[in-house]
Amino acid sequence: MKKIVFKRPESLKKEPFRYCPGCGHSLIHRLIAECIDSFGIRGKTIGIAPVGCAVFAYDYFNIDMIECAHGRPPAVATGIKRTRPDKIVFSYQGDGDLAAIGTAEIIHAANRGENISVFFINNANYGMTGGQMAPTTLLEQYTSTTRSGRKPEIHGYPLRIAELLSTIEGTSFVIRTAVNSHKNLMNTKRAIEKAFRYQIEDRGFSLVEILSQCPVGWKMSPEDSLKWVDETMSKIFPLGVYKDKFKEAD
Amino acid sequence: MKTRILMKGNEAIAEAAVRAGCRFYAGYPITPQNEIPEYLSWRMLEVGGVFIQAESELAAINMVYGASAAGIRAMTSSSSPGISLKQEAISFLAGAELPCVIVNMQRGGPGLGNISASQADYFQAVKGGGHGDYKIIVYAPYSVQELWDLTILAFDKADEYRTPVMILGDAIIGQMMEPFYPTDYKKPELPDKDWIIDGCEGRLPHVIKTLYMGDGELEMMNNKLQKKYKNIKNKEVISEGHFIDDAELIVVAFGIAARIALSSVIKLRRKGIKVGLFRPVTLFPFPENELFLISDENKRFLVVEMNAGQMLEDVKLAINGRSEVLFYGRTGGMVVSPEEIDKKILSLIDLKCNVKM
Ligand SMILES: Cc1ncc(C[n+]2csc(CCOP(=O)(O)OP(=O)(O)O)c2C)c(N)n1
Ligand code: SF4
Ligand SMILES: [Mg+2]
Repeated sequence: MKKIVFKRPESLKKEPFRYCPGCGHSLIHRLIAECIDSFGIRGKTIGIAPVGCAVFAYDYFNIDMIECAHGRPPAVATGIKRTRPDKIVFSYQGDGDLAAIGTAEIIHAANRGENISVFFINNANYGMTGGQMAPTTLLEQYTSTTRSGRKPEIHGYPLRIAELLSTIEGTSFVIRTAVNSHKNLMNTKRAIEKAFRYQIEDRGFSLVEILSQCPVGWKMSPEDSLKWVDETMSKIFPLGVYKDKFKEAD
Repeated sequence: MKTRILMKGNEAIAEAAVRAGCRFYAGYPITPQNEIPEYLSWRMLEVGGVFIQAESELAAINMVYGASAAGIRAMTSSSSPGISLKQEAISFLAGAELPCVIVNMQRGGPGLGNISASQADYFQAVKGGGHGDYKIIVYAPYSVQELWDLTILAFDKADEYRTPVMILGDAIIGQMMEPFYPTDYKKPELPDKDWIIDGCEGRLPHVIKTLYMGDGELEMMNNKLQKKYKNIKNKEVISEGHFIDDAELIVVAFGIAARIALSSVIKLRRKGIKVGLFRPVTLFPFPENELFLISDENKRFLVVEMNAGQMLEDVKLAINGRSEVLFYGRTGGMVVSPEEIDKKILSLIDLKCNVKM
């Protein structure tokens, strides 16, 4: 008898991902879909797509989805969740979307303790617009707008969102993970699960920051970008739990 | 017997919204519209609705975007600089065909300007202040009664056409108190909201979006929107005429300028001067035909606005050269006075007949 051990989650449409080879977005989409399936919440989950490479998330997630203006998903999520508190609402946002143009919205949604789950995809550049500097770009990193590398005196420093949000009283769960190895993928999945679980249990705002490879923006092979996450990126953006308000209670 | 009540304009809007079934409001404080969020901050709680004081006008209107997508009647309000910040989202709301009501209690501009009454956001409201080929319905109330009635109508029209609708008021209308009839709300028959995102249990997933990358897809979407706007133009024009038939000079004004001009016109009529008033209540759709039909070479039109001449352009387009169109306006939060309008009208009428006051 055949036993299926790996299949498409119901929360993903039968639509091949059109992300670049080696891109972290497709891995993260899959993990989120698996978690939605495992909680059995597909019929009551609403996702918010960012403006960025993942704008097409609405083509992939087999659930109710909405796209909105660049950086505003936390405000849109607030509008949806406050009117439909019984639904599960998540935003999926890149580092341009969340950490640059949408900084005000994420900080205030966090500070209000909105009962939502935010998946923050840090790939240290603007993938969609052709690899420009992001607030998360590392010092000395080449991008199409930092041709001699990011210089602090000109461009400032990489912005650490997980650390920043963990200082906000309204947040419940803040963690940074990665998707460059089997182990990290499993940790990310557990983090996503927890973010959803906290929302289901009305425990408030969660943010999972995920270091995500962007081989095209980084001008690296997919293989080298997996290594770069370990050897370079996670030195500046250390993985780990930054806040867990209900750790004791668990 | 119906009783009249006394209320401030801004509060009348807020209460009318609640009566019309609005259950979500988000806004950011700005004078001269603060009574709206202040009133709704407690009133929404009473009716089990949601009130959020957002971190900015950007956030406020995007919260409305979410609430509307989730199927609830939603509103935001602001004044000129705040409305400028909302423009990107208004374009998104139009593109995503999400209904909502946006109130602009205009103040003087440009920039921070001042907090007096102004009508300088006409172009922004009517010509599409955001990007892309879109229109929104714009109502220009001139009394507290109309603030009440048009706010209620705005929610119905927003749902009927799946479009943002704007109430374009100003500092005077929002701040003034006058008695009015708080008519009861009767919900008309409206199409089912079968497009909302509230979880796909028992149906296929819904997607609300504004991005159309496929060849020709966006043009198709635009054609659909243009068809809707044409439909709105055919069905939703509201305007009002006073003493038009034998008038030699017709004042054209909207909102508070029309209220002031009407007192001038009534006074001059008593003196036998053949002057009338035409007042667009909808600024989009603009009453083009109505204006064209009352124009001819023996009539002259005087557009009176509290700006440097914005609706003036639409009046000229509508009249299309059939009559002479003149303009009188004040800017920077200066309110036109009835005396100024009298004087202007008399200076124009004097050329033809010799009336003494
Ligand atoms: C208001 C506005 N400004 C700029 C853009 C252009 N734009 C689209 S995506 C993007 C950056 C996306 O980068 P990020 O959020 O990091 O997502 P990624 O593509 O890297 O996943 C920008 C600047 C836009 N669509 N809207
Ligand atoms: S540009 Fe980067 S983030 Fe965008 S799809 Fe390609 S690899 Fe992924
Ligand atoms: Mg990015």
